[in-house]
Amino acid sequence: MHPAPSVIAFTTLSGLGFGLLAWLGIDATPPTGWTAFAFFAIAFALSVGGLISSTFHLGRPERAWKAFSQWRTSWLSREGVCAVAALVVMGLYAAALVFAGAHFALLGWLGAALSLGTVYTTSMIYAQLKTIPRWNTPLTCVLYLAYAITGGALLSGRVEIALVLLLVSAGLQILWWMQGDGAFSGRGTTMETATGLGSIGTVRSAAPPHTAPNYLVREFIHIIGRKHAQKLRVISIALMAVLPILLLLLPFSHMAAAVAVVSHIAGVAVSRWLFFAEAEHTVGLYYGAR
Amino acid sequence: MTSLPEKTEKKLGLVIDLDTCVGCHACVISCKGWNTENYGAPLSDQRPYGTDPMGTFLNRVHSYEVQPDSGQAQTVHFPKSCLHCEDAPCVTVCPTGASYKRSEDGIVLVNETDCIGCGLCAWACPYGARELDQAEGVMKKCTLCVDRIYNENLPEVDREPACVRTCPAGARHFGDFADPESNVSKLTAERGGMDLMPELGTKPVNKYLPPRPKDAWDGEEDILAPFLTPVAEEPSGFLGWLDKQLSRLPGDGKTDS
Repeated sequence: MHPAPSVIAFTTLSGLGFGLLAWLGIDATPPTGWTAFAFFAIAFALSVGGLISSTFHLGRPERAWKAFSQWRTSWLSREGVCAVAALVVMGLYAAALVFAGAHFALLGWLGAALSLGTVYTTSMIYAQLKTIPRWNTPLTCVLYLAYAITGGALLSGRVEIALVLLLVSAGLQILWWMQGDGAFSGRGTTMETATGLGSIGTVRSAAPPHTAPNYLVREFIHIIGRKHAQKLRVISIALMAVLPILLLLLPFSHMAAAVAVVSHIAGVAVSRWLFFAEAEHTVGLYYGAR
Repeated sequence: MTSLPEKTEKKLGLVIDLDTCVGCHACVISCKGWNTENYGAPLSDQRPYGTDPMGTFLNRVHSYEVQPDSGQAQTVHFPKSCLHCEDAPCVTVCPTGASYKRSEDGIVLVNETDCIGCGLCAWACPYGARELDQAEGVMKKCTLCVDRIYNENLPEVDREPACVRTCPAGARHFGDFADPESNVSKLTAERGGMDLMPELGTKPVNKYLPPRPKDAWDGEEDILAPFLTPVAEEPSGFLGWLDKQLSRLPGDGKTDS
């Protein structure tokens, strides 16, 4: 799959932002006043910024509002509805904390649930696709939720919890990669089933329908991005988990914490690049590629 | 609405005969010709005369080489367009309701004024049947020429999809699969019409007829063959005399040896 920068930025940043909102929502002793303002500003900047960047890859961004209508069937529509609901509820919760110093715990829990619900609906957009076996697993949802909760813990300064969650996320990521590497061949979809010609023999693409790449080839067959996949996996785990863990184990300093956060975000972004670049779509089979 | 109809009255679709298709791409051209100036936005081209030309097409013809365990490989030309699946995954993923499957005839269409060009339906389609138009920013797909098949302004003979109407080999057939007596139902039954990627559960309406087994020549020679005049190895008569005289002249030593 083509790793569109807008989608990588969106899933990385909004996941982090909604993760932070979730932690702020369930906090029994949340910050108030200016401290609260700073935390919520970061959370909203990440989640709203991510949502806005996701509209950049639309062919017709001016009609994006229509995407709220099909929540009965479409995970993308559910994501939109859930995101707006989460932002509204958490906006009210944040306003009460910042301006009135009042803590409405129930509102916070509702907002936290909606925030994680948004991350879940995002992950289901990918996990539902049978055409991309690597994504088509409940583990994709677990991984997205784990990243959101981990990043949120890190951003909200929950050091002990973040240490555990960083390890859990790294483990889940490695598990997801291991499962994903065999997913396509495990599905049994081949050039022979794609063409129905398997009963005659083995199929080879002799001539593609067009001489230069078209939308399908550009969107679904992105082989160049996989070239350094193994190295990028190591870099991703190192930046996402190993370096932040080491920095958090040092005596606390704001500088080390900031570097840990930046490193974690960079590691998640690398993992998201691979999420798309390594994903193989069944349409590639018609071109004799994956 | 992006929920699929439980049942459609008709199941309109195509039968594509892989035995007959000669790979001429006439269906591709007639499809583009009809659909770029009729239903919906035109099918745009990018850099049509430059390097890396690219464009939106609703129908594409691949060519494959199929190698059996023993014997000669076989070339199969393979036209591919929307299969108008009964369980169309492209429809249910649509966030705006732009993609829908008609309950009356099962045709899968895109309402282009509602399409936001997110591309998720193309991601959900296993067959690559949907292409995002680069100029219009909306998703394009085969309409089964919905603006031809019911069009009373056209002569009756033209009320079928452009690709079917134009196919010079008669490799494409249009009809109603819900009717067991229709031409397409009968063809599918007679020739073992097959689904593409049945394991993905999309239940395609369009069917593909497999190539018929090829004739083999293994040692079979006509019984009259020995009585046929053998082809002369050496020229005789006038040509033989001419050959001899010409060979005496110097100058063809290089090619002779």
